Amino acid sequence: MTGILGKKLGMTQIVVGSGKLIPVTVIEAGPCCVVQVKTPEKDGYEAVKVGFIEARKEKNITKPLKGIFKKAGIPVFRILKEFRMSGLKAGDVINAGIFNKGDIVAVSGTSKGKGFQGVMKRHRFKGGPGSHGSMFNRAPGSIGASSFPSRVWRGLRMAGHMGSARVTVRNLEVVDVRPEQNIILIKGAVPGALNSVVEVCKE
Amino acid sequence: MNMIQAIEEGYKKEIPAFNIGDTVRLFVKVTEGDKERLQPFEGVVISRKGSGARETFAVRKISFGVGVERIFPVHCPSIEKIEVLKKGDVRRAKLYYLRDKKGKHAKVKEKAREVTQ
Repeated sequence: MTGILGKKLGMTQIVVGSGKLIPVTVIEAGPCCVVQVKTPEKDGYEAVKVGFIEARKEKNITKPLKGIFKKAGIPVFRILKEFRMSGLKAGDVINAGIFNKGDIVAVSGTSKGKGFQGVMKRHRFKGGPGSHGSMFNRAPGSIGASSFPSRVWRGLRMAGHMGSARVTVRNLEVVDVRPEQNIILIKGAVPGALNSVVEVCKE
Repeated sequence: MNMIQAIEEGYKKEIPAFNIGDTVRLFVKVTEGDKERLQPFEGVVISRKGSGARETFAVRKISFGVGVERIFPVHCPSIEKIEVLKKGDVRRAKLYYLRDKKGKHAKVKEKAREVTQ
């Protein structure tokens, strides 16, 4: 699972082949620095911890983390994430060059926050008729029976907070890679707002 | 947005300057089987929308008494050539009112040309 951290820069359209227009998301992928390597002997599993976006102020980073950065002899990073990769050592730099045109990737990010939403938006309920005397417009309807179970089932879909959650979109195609600018173009939309951090993993 | 603009810049192509109300003739590439030919489409530009490489324009013409509108991306690679035949004298950015007009009223006045000495 080769992965990298990136920043979602926005969307546009590009032309492929003989005039087919496709929507693409522009992601600034890396450069990410390997901060720490986890080994089966020491940590019980194999992974690589990468850092992305240098911290503006070193005082905002906790002391234990600072120790890790110091040990690796690299600058202090704001965003850290582990990927199940091998063959790298602390201090290595990963950039957009790990991807090739045509690769299939999964992109994870934090979706845009929608606040407190009703069941129609949050769980795609149908809702009721809008007019003709109907007073059942956007309500969820019955949430359970009376004699049995005499309570509301756990996990019943109701209104509540929506968005700001981790979302992964799989099977996205890498349309173009520009290693000199660390830019990759991915077909379709990816989760998150502009300038938010996303993880791009090869599938 | 600068990076997005820079990427779009690479997908732009050279196009002649044309505006809303202009009469244009487009040569659109059409593939039939394995052969490719150019199909002309001539009409009035009734709108231009968007910016950068995503900009589109709509061309309206009357074909056998039926109004036909086609929307193209300005930088579309399947447009071989854009010829500006006439400059239109219009006061609006969108000429959707032409859809409701018939005959003589559905025409766009031609812009008076500058006299070259």
